[in-house]
Amino acid sequence: MTDHGWDRGVAARVRPYAITGGRTPSTSALPYETMIQTTVAGRRALPRLVLEWRLVVELCGRPLSVAEISAHLKLALGVAMVIVGDLKTEGLVATSQPRTSRDDRPDIELLERVLDGLRQL
Amino acid sequence: MASGNSETTTLQGPGGSATTLIVPLPVKVIVAGGFAVGKTTTVGAISEIEPLTTEAVITQVSAGVDDVTGAEDKRSTTVAMDFGRVGLGPELVLYLFGTPGQERFRFMWDDLVRGAVGAVVLVDTTRLADCFPAIDYFESRRVPFVVALNCFHGQVAHAVEEVREALQVDVSVPMILMDARDRESVRSTLIELVRHAMARAGG
Repeated sequence: MTDHGWDRGVAARVRPYAITGGRTPSTSALPYETMIQTTVAGRRALPRLVLEWRLVVELCGRPLSVAEISAHLKLALGVAMVIVGDLKTEGLVATSQPRTSRDDRPDIELLERVLDGLRQL
Repeated sequence: MASGNSETTTLQGPGGSATTLIVPLPVKVIVAGGFAVGKTTTVGAISEIEPLTTEAVITQVSAGVDDVTGAEDKRSTTVAMDFGRVGLGPELVLYLFGTPGQERFRFMWDDLVRGAVGAVVLVDTTRLADCFPAIDYFESRRVPFVVALNCFHGQVAHAVEEVREALQVDVSVPMILMDARDRESVRSTLIELVRHAMARAGG
């Protein structure tokens, strides 16, 4: 094992936040199902990105959730959140967060869309 | 925006033309229950991808301690969750998260249930007590849930109303016989959950 996070499978387990320099998600952490997609600016920025950030931008050519990024790259969820947060701040990815009403639940209109979608499966 | 539902980012495309990127809107359902009750089987029955595993590392920080250099020394717990996804049209994606139902994982459920449509509590009728922590939790946080009795070969050890009595769940909570291996059965359970959530939301 190295201290650089190259062996990500092991590093993610042993020292999950080594990759992010010890940064952990803020209190406004992204929900696990937040969807991420690389922007044009993200694709252009690829050559200058460092390893984990680059992998996320490459992976999200199609929309994927934070949970999927975490699973595919074997990163702890919190680490994936920090990286996605960085990329979003730079405009390199666009995100879509769950839409909820005041009680923290999806509103009726959204529930209707989910119901229709399930019925049509 | 035309759809008014997904977050939309307008970008300057090549040659200065504006291109619009519409990222699908995510929704989620929690699948909770005791050890080996069939959570991952349920997720896998309807997911369009093989269920994936993600690990949430929960770092417990002592109150009053704010030493970022000591990150390695903080006590952390790793909780694995299996999940799957179902596309519901081009602009909506449903995620299903299977979560361990034991009391000791309660501390992570607050993050997980935020914004969820609701939960499916999976019950093995021969081990009823395994689902008590999940039911207590969803009731206390007012998260809409349905109880799904996992029945293999269409058999359950107890009648539905006996189970309702044993679990002491309100009559308004749907109780469903489900075969976790069967896509149609899981789909019906999810439809029931969404309808229940809509009734709860006053629709």
